[in-house]
Amino acid sequence: MATKELVARTGNEAMAEAMRQINPDVVAAYPITPATEIVQLFSSYVADGLVDTEFVTVESEHSAMSACVGASTAGARVMTGTSSQGLILMAEILYIAAGLRCPIILAEVNRALSSPINIHCDHSDTMSVRDSGWIQIFSENSQEAYDNMIQAVRIGEHMDVRLPVMVTTDGFIISHGLEAISMLEDKEVQDFIGPYKAAYSLLDVEKPITAGGLDFTDYYFEHRRQTAQAMKNAKKVILEVGREFGEKFGRNYGFFEGYKLDDAEIALVLLGSTAGTARVAVDQLREAGVKCGLLKLRVFRPFPAEELAEALKHLKAIAVMDRSDSLSTAGGPLFAEVRSALYDLPERPAIVNYIYGLGGRDITVEDLEGVYRELQRISGGGQVQETIQYLGVRE
Amino acid sequence: MTKTWKELPEGGLITESGNAHQYETGDWRNLRPVHDREKCINCLFCWIYCPDSAIIVKDGKVVGIDYAHCKGCGICARECPDKVKAIKMVDESEYE
Repeated sequence: MATKELVARTGNEAMAEAMRQINPDVVAAYPITPATEIVQLFSSYVADGLVDTEFVTVESEHSAMSACVGASTAGARVMTGTSSQGLILMAEILYIAAGLRCPIILAEVNRALSSPINIHCDHSDTMSVRDSGWIQIFSENSQEAYDNMIQAVRIGEHMDVRLPVMVTTDGFIISHGLEAISMLEDKEVQDFIGPYKAAYSLLDVEKPITAGGLDFTDYYFEHRRQTAQAMKNAKKVILEVGREFGEKFGRNYGFFEGYKLDDAEIALVLLGSTAGTARVAVDQLREAGVKCGLLKLRVFRPFPAEELAEALKHLKAIAVMDRSDSLSTAGGPLFAEVRSALYDLPERPAIVNYIYGLGGRDITVEDLEGVYRELQRISGGGQVQETIQYLGVRE
Repeated sequence: MTKTWKELPEGGLITESGNAHQYETGDWRNLRPVHDREKCINCLFCWIYCPDSAIIVKDGKVVGIDYAHCKGCGICARECPDKVKAIKMVDESEYE
């Protein structure tokens, strides 16, 4: 396993270092508030001559993603970074990037959306663009953020996929938290990702193309169907790339990771950094004899519905933890999809939803122990009193 | 028109040039330019200005209008010299 000794990196630094080692052709970015320091760090690599990247400074996040789409359509390997309001300002062009099948990589730091103004972690920003056609990969810590960035290049650029990929970390908790991570050698990263060869380029005068043409009732549906297929194909590629990464560097990746799940009767399903807190809760309750476990989802788009159903079918009760609220009154986005994934099971576990941690509200081991205790009560034959609850809000 | 999603280039890319001819835009038209060969002096102003290349010219003479592509913008009728006025815009309803 050719990994170097541990180094201390924040989530932002880990993602910026991955970008340096990937050495993309073009990065276009704008530092909206609340920006992350990812592209700021990267711009210093450009200034110091550590990368060959053309760094395009623009006047908004909308323009940043537009420049990324232009560069990608021209055949470049393109990356950018953003967060919160910046991501939703990009939203219009995010859909265009996916529709034009541009494998752009975006380092996204999950933060709350206005209003009220808030710069802390929740998943509202990323969830708001979940149907844009971007692959969405969540990271629990700096190590995963780093590893996910490198894998994202291979996933997005695969000929059967050709879709943009956003890799996310949790704002402040991971983005600014200093952690020990293992980095690869620059050459190992380059060998793993390989060179990028675009299928078509706007700059190829021998093979002229038009990108972004008008598509009416006669063709639009067919092109959307293609993008849906690419997302389907991405499932296979994500697993292949995760396996290869594991074989080469010793850290395996799939759609999700179970913790003490196989013999568990009750479990939480969640995304991102809360997994670390939940592991402590699981360990403490296991010592007290509670058969509890955890499923940490890594890939939210494409959504691994069949695989999740298979991994969760033996449970008696599940709590889905949503760090964003769709305001649908029918639960958070993760809950809606997990519950739907379980629908075809002959015997479905009881399932409840907790919306927690909005605007960076802290989530503690005790909070999660309380959720497990409630699951214990339900799995023991107790009635589900409220399917959707808000955890940690002052009532 | 009949290609399936599996046969089309991905991303809605148009991967060959000069294919606008395959897309017939004539049914967008409300006003039809009608060309009078008797009045026409073949100055070719209409041919130069037509944004859809819909003026058919043969041996240096205007011989007709490509109604499969003409969108009826009326630029040809406007640019036809005042002393000539060989193109008249006629409401499409008169041809239905």
